[in-house]
Amino acid sequence: MSSNTKEENGKITEYMGKRVYDFMRWRKVAAAMSFVLVIASVIALAMNGLKLGLDFTGGTQIEVGYQNAPQIADVRSQLQQAGYEGAEVVRFGSDSELLIKLPPEVAQKQTQQNARDAEATNSIGDKVVGVLRQGSDGRVDLRRVEMVGPKIGEELRDDGGLGMLFALAVVMAYVALRFQYKFAIGAVVALIHDVIIVLGFFAILQLDFDLTVLAAVLAVIGYSINDTIVVYDRIRENFRKVRQAEPAEVINISMSQTLSRTFMTSFTTLLVLWALQFFGGELIHNFSLALIVGVIIGTFSSVYVAANTLMAMNISKEDLMPPVKEGADLDEMP
Amino acid sequence: MNRFPLWKYILILIIVGLGLLYASPNLYRPDPAVQISGQSSALKIDQNVLSEAQKALDDAGIAYFGGEVQDKSVLLRLKSIEEQLPAKRAIQEALGHSDYVVALNLAPTTPEWLSKLGASPMKLGLDLAGGVHFLMEVDTNSIVKTNMEGYVSDVKSKLRAAKARYRSVELENDREIVARFRSDELRTLGMRTLRSEFPTLQLTEAGGGSNLEIRATLADQEIKQLEDYAVTQNLTTLRNRVNELGVAEPIVQRQGRNRIVVELPGVQDTAEAKRIIGKTANLEYRMEARQDALVTNKEYFEFRNEQERAAYGGAWLERKLIISGERVTDARVGYDESGFPQVNITLDSRGGELMHRATWKNVGRRMGTLFVESRFTPETQVDAEGNEVTVQVRTDDKKIISLATVQSPLGRQFRTTGLGSPAEAQELALLLRSGALAAPMYFVEERVIGPSLGADNIKVGVTSVQIGLAAVVLCMLIFYRVFGLAANIALATNLILLVAVMSILGATLTLPGIAGMVLTIGMAVDANVLIFSRIREELRNGLPPQSAINAGFDNAYSAIVDANLTTLIVAVILYAIGSGPVQGFAVTLSIGILTSMFSAIMGTRALINLFYGGRRVQKLWI
Repeated sequence: MSSNTKEENGKITEYMGKRVYDFMRWRKVAAAMSFVLVIASVIALAMNGLKLGLDFTGGTQIEVGYQNAPQIADVRSQLQQAGYEGAEVVRFGSDSELLIKLPPEVAQKQTQQNARDAEATNSIGDKVVGVLRQGSDGRVDLRRVEMVGPKIGEELRDDGGLGMLFALAVVMAYVALRFQYKFAIGAVVALIHDVIIVLGFFAILQLDFDLTVLAAVLAVIGYSINDTIVVYDRIRENFRKVRQAEPAEVINISMSQTLSRTFMTSFTTLLVLWALQFFGGELIHNFSLALIVGVIIGTFSSVYVAANTLMAMNISKEDLMPPVKEGADLDEMP
Repeated sequence: MNRFPLWKYILILIIVGLGLLYASPNLYRPDPAVQISGQSSALKIDQNVLSEAQKALDDAGIAYFGGEVQDKSVLLRLKSIEEQLPAKRAIQEALGHSDYVVALNLAPTTPEWLSKLGASPMKLGLDLAGGVHFLMEVDTNSIVKTNMEGYVSDVKSKLRAAKARYRSVELENDREIVARFRSDELRTLGMRTLRSEFPTLQLTEAGGGSNLEIRATLADQEIKQLEDYAVTQNLTTLRNRVNELGVAEPIVQRQGRNRIVVELPGVQDTAEAKRIIGKTANLEYRMEARQDALVTNKEYFEFRNEQERAAYGGAWLERKLIISGERVTDARVGYDESGFPQVNITLDSRGGELMHRATWKNVGRRMGTLFVESRFTPETQVDAEGNEVTVQVRTDDKKIISLATVQSPLGRQFRTTGLGSPAEAQELALLLRSGALAAPMYFVEERVIGPSLGADNIKVGVTSVQIGLAAVVLCMLIFYRVFGLAANIALATNLILLVAVMSILGATLTLPGIAGMVLTIGMAVDANVLIFSRIREELRNGLPPQSAINAGFDNAYSAIVDANLTTLIVAVILYAIGSGPVQGFAVTLSIGILTSMFSAIMGTRALINLFYGGRRVQKLWI
C-alpha cells in the first residue's frame, strides 16, 4: 500500500501517481474567511434585512413598454398627479421599459372587488397605462401586472422559511443514514454557511428577493449538497483504503483526487448560469445571480467547510467501521 | 470486457426512440385559431355553423384556413395572431351572443399519427403564453353564517310547534344560536325538541336565574363540510363563468383550504375577465310577506330594474328564505304559448323539495327572487394579541329581480314569466346560471402577463438554453475528447427525454422551468465528469484501458447516486412547499435529475462500450 504514496518531510505529496495538495494546511485561514463572511452576512441581514420582493410583501407591480424611452421623473409626476402617491418607477432591462411599484395600500383597495363597481373592475394595470398613455406621445404597452394581497405574502414567507428548514433536516437525515452522523453535521454546517452567505449577498447589495430567488437559494442547497456528497464519498472511500495516514492527509488526498471534477462541474454549471444571467432577461436575472454566488460559495464550502467540520469533530477511521455496503471497493483494489 | 448484451442496446434505443417521438410535437408551432361552441350542450354545432362563421370572416376580410367540425365545437385556423380578436368579434356578431361562445385558441398542428399515439406538445405557462392569473379567497365564514341564519327560523318554528315558549332566539358571533327561556321546564322541553329535530347541532345549556339559555353550534366536521361544499360549489360556478368568457384551456383549481386559482391563457381584456369572474353574486327565493305579517318577519327590498323601481319602489318579502342560488342547476330562456319570454329554471333535488314544501299551500301568492351582491371593504381591527390586522368586511346589497305569482306548486323545474323583454329574460337566465356562488369571494392575487412579454420570455429562454448548451458541449469536447463526445450525445438525449417526459405528464413549461432546464444541463454533465475523471485516475494508477473504463464507471456510481438523490430530495421539497414559479422550477429539475441519471450512466456507457468495448485498445482519447 505504501508504494502508492510518496512522502516528503513526513507528509504525503503524491498518492497513486497523483499530486496531493495540502488543502488542510489552509484550513484555519479558510475557516477564518468563512467566519468573516458569515458574520458579515448575519450583520447585513440584521441591519439592512432582505429587500423582499412583491411576492412576499404584497403590493402591486406594473411593467410597461414605451415606444420612445421616457424620462423617469416625468412618469413619476404623471402618476403622482393621477393620485398614485408613493409610486416607485425604475427602468427594467432596457431604456424603454419601466417597472412601476405601487405601495401595498393600492393592492388592498384592489382586493375589495365588486362586480358592478366600474371603479374596481377596471384592472389597476389598465388604469395606470391609461394615465401613462395620456402623458406620452408614442405607444405604451402593458406588459405585466402583478398584484399580491398582503396575507398571501406573509404565508409565502412562512412557507419558504419552513421549506428551507425541512430541506436541511431531510438532507441531514439522508447523509447520516448513508454516511455517518459526523458527515451529516458537516454537510448541514456547509449548507447553512452557503445559504447565509447567499442571503447576506442579497442583503448587502439590497437586491430584490422574490419567489424565484427563494427557488434559487433552495437550488443552491441542492447543488452544494451534491458537491459535498461527492467529496464525502471520496473521503469515506479513502479512510478505508489508505492506511497509516492522518485524517488531514486522507482529506488532502480526497480533495486532490476530486479537484478536477469539482473544478469541471462548477465551471460547466457556471457557464450555463452566465448564459442565463446575460441572455435570460430581467425576470430571472436575480435568480441566476443567486445561483452563481451559491455555486461559487458551495464549491468552496464543500472543500473547506464540510471537510473542515469533519476535522474539527476528530473524524477517524473508526467512525467509518464497520463498512456500510461498500465492501466492493476493497475487493477491487489492485 | 465492456460489452453490453444486445438487449441493453435495444432497450436504450427504444427509450430514446420513444423520447424522440413524444418530444417531437413541440417542434410544430400551433396555429392561431378561433373556436366556436354552444352555450348549451343541446345546441348542435355542425357544418352550417362553420359556413356561417366562414362567411363572417370572408365579409370581414380575415384570412383563414382549415375549418373543422369537432365533437361539440368548430375550429377555424387563422393566418396571423393579430387577427384573432377581430375574427372573434366578427363571428360573434354574425352568430349572435345568446347561443354561441367564440373563444380564442391555439390549435395544435401535431400530425394526426402523433396525436393518435397520445403525443402532444408541452403546455406553456402564463409567463410564456401571456394571460391572466387570479387567486381568489372564498369567504367561508359567511357560508356558516348564512347556514346558521337558516337554522334560526327553523329553530323558532320547531320550538313553537312543541309549545316550548322561548323569550328569544338569536344568532351570536355569526356562528352560535342562543335560545332564551324563562323556566327550566320550558328549557328542558326545548332541549328535547332541538335534540331530536336538529341532530347536526351541538347543544349546551348555559345561563341562570330567569335567563336560561340553550346554545347551539355546528360541529367542526359539519363546518368543514359546509366550507368544502362552498368551495366546490364556487369552483363549479367559476368554471361556468370562465366558459362564458370563452377562453381556451382555462385552469380553475382549488388551492389549499379556501382558495381558488383561475388562469386564463391568452386573455387580453382583463377588465372583462375580472368583471365576470369577480361577480360575487347570489340569489335568494323568498315569499312575498302577507299584509299582516309582523315587521320582525319581513324585510323591504327595492327592485333592481330602474323602471320597476320607479313604478313600484320595492316590496316586502318574508325574512325566511326558501332556497338560495346554489341550488339552481340550470336556467334557460324559453317562450310561452303566446310567445312571451320566460326563464325555465331547474333546481337540484334538495332545492326542488324545499321549493315544493314552500309553495304547495301558497298558490296565488307572489314569490320574489332576490339578487345579492357582496362588497368587500378592508377595515383595520385590533386582534387578541394587540396587532393591527386588516379584515375584509362584507356588506350585502340585495335587490329584487323578479316578483311573480305562484300559479301551481313548484318542484324541481319551474318557470318565471312576466318578464319584459327577451333581453331581460336572457340576463336573468345568465345571472341564475352563473350567479350562484355558495359564498362570496375576493381577489387576493392578480397577475397579468402581456402577450408581447410572453413572446419575449420564450425568446430569451430559448437563447439561454442554446448558449448554455453550446458552451457546455464545447467545454466537454475540449476536456474529454472522445469521451466528451459521448457525454454530449448523452446530454442531447437527456434534453430530449426531459422534454418528452414533460410533454407526456402534461407539465406546464414556465420561464423558471426553462431556468431549471438550463441548470439541469449544467448539472447533468456532472455525472459524466465524475466518471471520466475517475477513469483518468485509474489509467494513472496503471490500469489497462478496458479495466480503467470499467473501474471508472463502477467507482463513480455511489457518488452519483448519493449526490443526485439528495438533490432530488431538495427538488421534491421545493415542489411541495412552493407555488407557481417555484413549482415550475422544481418539476423540470426533478425530471431532469432522473433523466440525466439514465442518459449519463446508461447512455454514456452504451456509447463508450460501442466504441471501445470488446477490442484491444492501446490508448483512450480522454
